[in-house]
Amino acid sequence: MVKEKVIAILAEYKDCDAEDIDAAQSFEELKLDSLDTVEIVMNLEEAFDIELKITEDLKTVQDVIDAIEKLV
Amino acid sequence: MSITITGTGSSLPPLSVTNHDLSDILDTSHEWIESRTGIESRHICEHGLTQTAAEAGANALKNAGRAADELDYILCATMSADYVTPALACLVQQELGASCPALDINAACSGFIYGLDMARALITSGRAKRILLIAAESMSRTVDWTKREVSVLFGDGAGAVVVEEGDDLLALRVGAVGRAEPLYMRRQASNCPYGSAETDDEDGYLHMDGREIYRFAVGAMVKDILSVLDDAGISPDQVDYVLPHQANLRILEAAAKKLPIAPEKFLNNMRHTGNTSAASIPILLDEACRAGTIRAGQILVMSAFGAGLTTGACIIKWSKD
Repeated sequence: MVKEKVIAILAEYKDCDAEDIDAAQSFEELKLDSLDTVEIVMNLEEAFDIELKITEDLKTVQDVIDAIEKLV
Repeated sequence: MSITITGTGSSLPPLSVTNHDLSDILDTSHEWIESRTGIESRHICEHGLTQTAAEAGANALKNAGRAADELDYILCATMSADYVTPALACLVQQELGASCPALDINAACSGFIYGLDMARALITSGRAKRILLIAAESMSRTVDWTKREVSVLFGDGAGAVVVEEGDDLLALRVGAVGRAEPLYMRRQASNCPYGSAETDDEDGYLHMDGREIYRFAVGAMVKDILSVLDDAGISPDQVDYVLPHQANLRILEAAAKKLPIAPEKFLNNMRHTGNTSAASIPILLDEACRAGTIRAGQILVMSAFGAGLTTGACIIKWSKD
């Protein structure tokens, strides 16, 4: 559930299909830089009504999904 | 009664340093800087800030058709003046040949909006009729030039406005959330034998947590702009132009996406100025006036954020031709 929603938000941000995003991919592999990451985190915070801490540990899509699952 | 801006002026020091120039002295590239910030070049003061600030002030006076001896107050918004004391405003007063009171205010990158708030208070209280508000920064002296993360972002310059009685400022909000760690610059350690040890290991350079500031800035801009629009009773589609603090093009794009204002209404000039802190909005304002982009009757929104953490936003119904 969280996974689908995170991938949908990422796909919207990148303007690509959800099928093109694999949770194991890193933001770097998705061609997203540190500022993109911040903006995506802000979009996720709004979508899930949570507050996420932005740390160096959020490297892959799965890292973000795990962080959100702990909060919802 | 509120205030009106009767003249604008700006000054950028002659030396322009491109991203390519920086890639010669730092491990960076034009592509890296441009894609993350929208900046291609920035001006740098080689001979101090006072002259640049005074030129911006003189240009604003000329544009307003006023003389220095008609001023009741000079306010300078700055955090990077040539002297810690006297205030930059006093040195500008001397340069311009004015004789009115003069002082600096430090609200970091929000300094121009804070300055307008102070100018409004002085004018509406009857304390002053004509104020020269200058925002001037030499950010090049605040950053560590061995570190690419911060040094490539900033530039030097000054922008100024003459403020008089009028009804053009429709709404203004300033705010502060006192927090140092996301963006700060400490004094270099002194040799006071009783000094506090906590400052001793500091280098005295500007430090910034870029991601934290990015998040703060986008959120603050969206909230502040919607608040001042509401205060002024102006709907988003009535806005002609937004003049945001020129920190980073990506911040502006992210905020624009979240606001019900068309992205093309967000003016920017950081491509050739970099982030000039408090000076960015009045430099942009002066350039847009001189280019004929800003004309009488338009609704302008200004929004800034910076160390403090401070924020400020205002709505102006522009009346100057």
